[in-house]
Amino acid sequence: MGRVFRHMKVNAAFGLLVLLALLFLALFGGRLAPYDPMALDLGARLTGPGPAHLLGADEFGRDTLSRLLAGAEASAWIAFTTLAFALASGMVIGLVAGFFRGPVDRLLMVVNDAFLAFPGLLLALGIMAIYGASSSGIIVALGLAYMPAVVRVTRSAVLSIRELEFVEASIVIGNSEVATVARHVLPNAIPPLTVLATTMFGWIILAEAGLSFLGLGVPPPQPSWGNMLASARPYITQSPLLIVLPGLCITITLLGINLLGDALRDFADPKNAGRE
Amino acid sequence: MLRFFLSRLLSAIPTLLIVSAAVFAIVRLIPGDPAQLMLGDDALPGQLEALRARMGLDKPLPVQYLIWLRDILHGDFGRSITMDLPVSDLIVSRFFVSAPIVLIALTLATIIAVPAGMFAAWRKDSLGDFAVIASSTLLLSLPGFWLGLMILLAFGLWLGWLPVVGFVSLSRDPGAALLYMIMPVMTLALTDIGSIARMTRASAITVAGLEYITHARAKGLSESQIVWRHGLRNSFAPTWTLLGLILGSLLGGIAITETVFTIPGLGRLLVDGIYARDYPIIQGCILLITFIYVAVNLLVDLVYPLLDPRVAR
Repeated sequence: MGRVFRHMKVNAAFGLLVLLALLFLALFGGRLAPYDPMALDLGARLTGPGPAHLLGADEFGRDTLSRLLAGAEASAWIAFTTLAFALASGMVIGLVAGFFRGPVDRLLMVVNDAFLAFPGLLLALGIMAIYGASSSGIIVALGLAYMPAVVRVTRSAVLSIRELEFVEASIVIGNSEVATVARHVLPNAIPPLTVLATTMFGWIILAEAGLSFLGLGVPPPQPSWGNMLASARPYITQSPLLIVLPGLCITITLLGINLLGDALRDFADPKNAGRE
Repeated sequence: MLRFFLSRLLSAIPTLLIVSAAVFAIVRLIPGDPAQLMLGDDALPGQLEALRARMGLDKPLPVQYLIWLRDILHGDFGRSITMDLPVSDLIVSRFFVSAPIVLIALTLATIIAVPAGMFAAWRKDSLGDFAVIASSTLLLSLPGFWLGLMILLAFGLWLGWLPVVGFVSLSRDPGAALLYMIMPVMTLALTDIGSIARMTRASAITVAGLEYITHARAKGLSESQIVWRHGLRNSFAPTWTLLGLILGSLLGGIAITETVFTIPGLGRLLVDGIYARDYPIIQGCILLITFIYVAVNLLVDLVYPLLDPRVAR
């Protein structure tokens, strides 16, 4: 048991570190880059690591390290914004449904379940078909695709506490419904939402990379890990490093987020710790 | 039991109606005239009028939706703008390209991951358990399309064991078709092994702590009999539900895998449709994939009581 517990702490620390690094890159990633990520240096086309370009250069001679850093900034920004959008809108809808119940709840849930019926990435692809490839398009598309899960979790947390006496008491002593929700009902939804948000953050990073890989995400020449993979694909034999590095960045990010998510889940539900 | 079946079946109807309305809305949400968008800027004036009439754009929106829905129910998904073929023919033929890959991958992942998860659960906290958890978590964190590119690089380009580009249909030459399917199937299966193994392990650990397992042990059953006869049967239900959900993520992500391995499947048709702004194709693909997903999850729910009879009550 002690050994498992120690593993958990190491995992959580690694996950937290990755998340903090990502937050840092979201704010300063572009500024850390040794070169302009879009500057061409045709003499350095498809060169490997060297003193001038630490991690080599791509098919236009653009510095790979600079592009990875700028790509981290793009991915992290999109992921944080999308998550905020999905959480905010999903929580409002979930709260309304759970608190008012009755026909409002039934109507909202029928629509919500229909949106849950779409495979998430497919819904995002459909929305991108309307918007066309752009960073703001991804935020709307992925935000709408993952919002229904937030609605579900918020609503069930609200329902589980809605009937308890202290909520009723709060209304009886003259607190408004909005104040009651804010002070007593919402905090109850925080632990499950934290776990969901961490998982969703991973989904969003993965989905954004996938959409960008298809050419339906961050539009080139602005770098993102996904579109770097797409543009490096024709040169896979000449410069495998161009394919390996962006994928490695995505994998490390996802690994950190998954480990953090596991630790949070154990924390939120200690009874089942170590089971998943 | 019958009530459970009926209520679950009926609950799929509003879902499908809203799904279809949302898919219908995709084209109508695009700013501008859908007919104009489909024809592009160099359309002749007569062409525009003809297409508008054919699409029923002169009628009110709810009527347009009902007409569209009626056609879909009759199997008429409209005509592709770029390929000038009925969309229904295209999506059905492409479906039979994608379906075997997804099904084989999911089956393979289950065959590997369920025993691995059971093994880990029965030897909880051992080195073997740690190895299963660690590799599952790593697999779970690999982006499928990148894993696909790595497999392509290793087996296709460096080792040269497998064909890199191209596709042969199962009906034309099953042997060659399987050869082309190895890498995409491997990619999809590997990314799903992680989540299936973790879920199996989690539910098996819950079951392993229950009294009837202790009872079975006290009765003198061998450990393997306990694991496979009693343990697996009762811990498989959550994994079963997960399989339905995984199919959803496989179907949603199929466009990406098919792009990596240049497979002319349903996902690739969808992405090409998006590039070409071929809206009937986009609508047809999204509708078909979502319909399959809804149907599979319905099936998963209907079979669930056989695995866990407490649910139907």
